Amino acid sequence: MNQDIQIPALARVEGEGALTVRLKDGVVNEIILNIYEPPRFFEGFLHGRYFQDVPDITARICGICPVAYQMSSVQALEAALQVTITPEVRQLRQLLYCAEYIESHALHIYLLQAPDLVGYESAISLAADAPDLVKKALRLKKIGNDLLKSIGGRSVHPVNTCVGGFYRWPSVDAIHTLVPELEWAKQVSIDTARWAATLSYPDFEQDYEFVALNRIDEYAIYDGYIASSTGKRVDPVDFEKNFLETHVEHSNALHSHTAENHTYFVGPLARFNLNYKKLRPIARDTAKEIGLKPTVRNPYKGLLARAIELVHATDLAIELANDYHPQGPSNKEIKVRPGEGWGVSEAPRGLLYHRYVVDEQGLVRFARITPPTAQNFAQMEADLWALAPSVVKLPQEEASLSFEHLLRSYDPCISCATHFLKLKIERE
Amino acid sequence: MAKPTVAVYKYSSCDGCQLSILNLEDELLDLAGVVEIAYFLEARRQTLPGPYDIALVEGSVTTPHEAERIQEIRSQAKTLVAIGACATSGGIQALRNFTSVDDLAMAVYEHPEYLNTLPTSTPISENVKVDYELWGCPVNKYQLVEVIQALLQKRRPNLPTHSICLDCKRKGVVCVMVAYGIPCLGPGTRTGCGVLCPSNGRGCYGCFGPAPNADMKTIVTAMNFVERYPGEVKGLLTNISNYAPAFRQAAELPGVTPIQTRGDQP
Repeated sequence: MNQDIQIPALARVEGEGALTVRLKDGVVNEIILNIYEPPRFFEGFLHGRYFQDVPDITARICGICPVAYQMSSVQALEAALQVTITPEVRQLRQLLYCAEYIESHALHIYLLQAPDLVGYESAISLAADAPDLVKKALRLKKIGNDLLKSIGGRSVHPVNTCVGGFYRWPSVDAIHTLVPELEWAKQVSIDTARWAATLSYPDFEQDYEFVALNRIDEYAIYDGYIASSTGKRVDPVDFEKNFLETHVEHSNALHSHTAENHTYFVGPLARFNLNYKKLRPIARDTAKEIGLKPTVRNPYKGLLARAIELVHATDLAIELANDYHPQGPSNKEIKVRPGEGWGVSEAPRGLLYHRYVVDEQGLVRFARITPPTAQNFAQMEADLWALAPSVVKLPQEEASLSFEHLLRSYDPCISCATHFLKLKIERE
Repeated sequence: MAKPTVAVYKYSSCDGCQLSILNLEDELLDLAGVVEIAYFLEARRQTLPGPYDIALVEGSVTTPHEAERIQEIRSQAKTLVAIGACATSGGIQALRNFTSVDDLAMAVYEHPEYLNTLPTSTPISENVKVDYELWGCPVNKYQLVEVIQALLQKRRPNLPTHSICLDCKRKGVVCVMVAYGIPCLGPGTRTGCGVLCPSNGRGCYGCFGPAPNADMKTIVTAMNFVERYPGEVKGLLTNISNYAPAFRQAAELPGVTPIQTRGDQP
């Protein structure tokens, strides 16, 4: 490249961002990842809302991962209100989360990232040459959406989740009839991993600090402790002490770093690297078969980790669906009391943290939400700098694609990232 | 003959309505066969220059840049369709319209001077002429197909406007308000979701916006009878479609209990 790169609007990402790379004397002098997606101030208008409105409102932060927002918020509010959910509710929430993983990972693998790896501008163009592949991808995605729909009423902004459980148990038939489709999805997920392993990924590795939820007994998605590849373990209650955010000029999203002032990496690659041993056996076997083992330090290979998680999610979904025989009430009665609570879960894109303070009337008095993409931004910028020296040697169009591909491989959800801003009053 | 061109734009929103297009898993490739998807950043990198036959606009207008850009998009589009609650009513983020933007924006940012935002979140129709509106949070993807189909066939799209309440009766869903005493906005809300909330044993919270001609005064009176905690009815009216005129006015009716926090923020 011999000119600056100006990408005014990034394609195949969720939300709006722009990238500028400026050269000076043939070397990269400035990189600006400009997040111009408008802020929507969710934390501001959650203030004063009744606690039971919160999962419906926070879902609207993201149309792609509304379940993640609902799951982190109900857990935080249940902690604040001292409500313990039943094991049946937890299992159904896990199943709901599996559905979101299937839908979101299939979308990212096939429609957002893979076109870069196979040399197409989109899956729509790819469909002209490989219709069967794209049709298979769409069917896989649809199965995730159908499962979401059978539990939550609809796939985008499902309505059945409430603080304390679910408004109503979904019908047993509706869940059980999806099992054959999920079996198909599991096989296709394994095929996806095999296919993805045949693609060639840019040669780029960095020494990351990976951060993900962790549990002794399962591959942590719904809840858990926060673990780091440095060996640090953090109770969700201490999240804000260990992971800090700053507001930078060119971005409507905050940038995160650890208390030690390091950038860190959340998402499928972090989960895979930290929790590999907790994967369902069939997912681990698939990883072995394609030669993927921790620690993977190439961000582009997040796609492979997603494929392995698809195998995990479909396999787990089949077990949970077969075991679904709900008994007793679908939600706990809630006695309103003042309190504070924390909730962390693994959105498809990574760690999602919520904290609420509720008053004696059940009204939210404080809300803090840290989405995964905001945590990854600083790491993404650092990666762009690390990639730059090799990219400047490429022809202009290829250089531009190379930067874009790196960003897409993170599966950034920019809509999420701009909606949460630190409550800090600073007046001159 | 060249295929009609479709452009998809994003304003302030969650991406969910655009995603509904990608969630047309069974129809997406057929759709791409009959129209040229000329601009749809979430789905493709390639963009074709305007003007376009159909522009689908997701999201509300919340920044000076968006207010400027929507004029340009209008001038490039033969038919402009606003899709979803944000584009038709300002969305959940229109809650800012009822408070001082200073409270929400200037005070919450570490560096408010980096921000460039408008004091209000407004529907597309408050900014430019809109040809069709598809309500819903998210939109019903089959209504989206219907609009595109109708435009291709040069007929008026069939978009029913009756209330959710009627759908419950048709489907035989037990009335949550009458049977369980749960406030439900269904009698005042536009059809389209397939009665999701009452089917799940909860009251409607108005994602699809007000049904035209709904008698909100009577509906609110009925809801007030069964309110379970102070401010419940107000909360339903000031939710997803809070800035839609019929809901906004209903929320101010005498008899609607305000939501009041006691004391200062902790």
